Amino acid sequence: MTVQQISVFIENRAGRLAQATSALGEAGVNIRALSLAETSDFGILRLIVDRTDLAKEVLSKQGFTVDKTEVVAVQVPDRPMGLGHILHMLDEAQIVVEYLYAFIERCGDNAVIIFRFDNSDQAIAALTASGVKVLSADSVYSM
Amino acid sequence: MIWNAEFETLPREALASLQLKRLQHTLERVYATVPFYRDAFDQAKVKPEQVKTLQDLQRLPFTLKQDMRDNYPYGLFAVPLEQIVRLHASSGTTGKPTVVGYTRRDIDMWSELMGRSFTAAGVGRGDVIHNAYGYGLFTGGLGAHYGAEKIGAAVIPMSGGNTKKQIMIMQDFGSTVITCTPSYSLYLAEAAAEEGLDIRSFALRVGILGAEPWSESIRQEIEQKLNIKAIDIYGLSEILGPGVAIECIEAQNGLHIWEDHFIAEIIDPVTGQVLPDGEEGELVITTITKEGIPMIRYRTRDITRLISEPCICGRSHRRLQRMSGRSDDMLIIRGVNVFPSQIESVLMQVEGVEPHYQLIVDREDNLDSLEVQVEVTEDIFSDEVRIMQGLSDRIRHEIKSLLNITCKVRLVGPKTITRSEGKAKRVIDQRR
Repeated sequence: MTVQQISVFIENRAGRLAQATSALGEAGVNIRALSLAETSDFGILRLIVDRTDLAKEVLSKQGFTVDKTEVVAVQVPDRPMGLGHILHMLDEAQIVVEYLYAFIERCGDNAVIIFRFDNSDQAIAALTASGVKVLSADSVYSM
Repeated sequence: MIWNAEFETLPREALASLQLKRLQHTLERVYATVPFYRDAFDQAKVKPEQVKTLQDLQRLPFTLKQDMRDNYPYGLFAVPLEQIVRLHASSGTTGKPTVVGYTRRDIDMWSELMGRSFTAAGVGRGDVIHNAYGYGLFTGGLGAHYGAEKIGAAVIPMSGGNTKKQIMIMQDFGSTVITCTPSYSLYLAEAAAEEGLDIRSFALRVGILGAEPWSESIRQEIEQKLNIKAIDIYGLSEILGPGVAIECIEAQNGLHIWEDHFIAEIIDPVTGQVLPDGEEGELVITTITKEGIPMIRYRTRDITRLISEPCICGRSHRRLQRMSGRSDDMLIIRGVNVFPSQIESVLMQVEGVEPHYQLIVDREDNLDSLEVQVEVTEDIFSDEVRIMQGLSDRIRHEIKSLLNITCKVRLVGPKTITRSEGKAKRVIDQRR
């Protein structure tokens, strides 16, 4: 039930981010969700795209360092405390969240949040057990 | 295998008396024919005939690269131009280059020493030598070329550049030996991989690598990535070109300097005092057989030490420890002396770090600053900021604890540090 995320090392240099996203655009890869973690020296661009392998290949060819990681797409009720309840539950289950970011599209009346866990399987089990819906990779890529 | 067993295994006492005889002859000749040396010896109040022991050499003044520039182009030649058959020049980063001339006997001697060097590296007849040292004014290409022909190997005069073609020829011609700089050998491996080729499966078995200082950890990296024995060779155009000293394949530990043709001394680069055997300092070389442009106590700027212990290969010629840097490459950062090779050694101990790095030295608020740029490869990349910052913290900490230098580590994108086809540019000093 995990989703493939690609992460890209972005050196803190003018035009690098544009270069990465243009390369994807030219290859016909559509970005479904993204987050950019930044430090003073470099950034890490994380992407969910419709064609992960193609995206990785295109970026590697352009000279980027690229990695694939497993993340979890969680359906979150789009109302106050929707995310709060889930985070609280994860905390109680002692599941470590490395980072998270929001998906652009909604899934029906719900928002979609991408979670990066220390241990995806354990997290998915805990989420499912509490009645939280975890989205399949296929449904996420085609959203 | 030894190319010239008689001279390469000459007992030490015989070698010393041969050196003295040849030194005295050289001194007499340069005193008579080169005004620069005559003036220098006169100023030092030493006449050639007063040099009665090898120790007496220490009474003579040093020769510097600047002396060659001052006597540009032919001022230091000890023979008339009619006897010169070849001219080379080293790249002058500032102003005029330095020019060296070879008589026919010099070329023969050079071929002999390069032949000895190839043989010491386990190379011989039947080998295909892919010579990627530059041909032209630089001594590397032709020096290695003549030595290769001398021992009866097949030599491909590739010269530098055009890396794709190099790889094709290397694969199709079945090159067994590569001669180039250590950094270029790694670049070749990288470029081959980009072409989808596994350089490890090529016929290459030995690399004869030199013209820039490199560390033991880079050697391991090269040996692993190219599946070859990597042999360190040393030379400089002012003295001869490649083939002044080389590691033997038996020990791969220290470079035998051909002492029947050169006298090596190690000095303190600051005081100029000759250091006892085994101590590290600047290498000073005197040529004792060269005719065209003999060099008396030439300061190489290369930092090394002499190894006097006998070598398992049977050669009696002493060894130079692999060059740890150049006295003019030595960085002084907030008063701490550091060679780029020391930082390289630290970097290479961090798993996944590639041997492509650059040191940027600058001055901020009157304080020296050092930035170490390291390329981020897939081996060390993580999607988590915490892990990436941990990596730069670790490198910074290692450099601090081993070299006592505070630096900033900057992670940069892969292949953003310029690859060199010649000597790698490791240091950018912006303080001047």
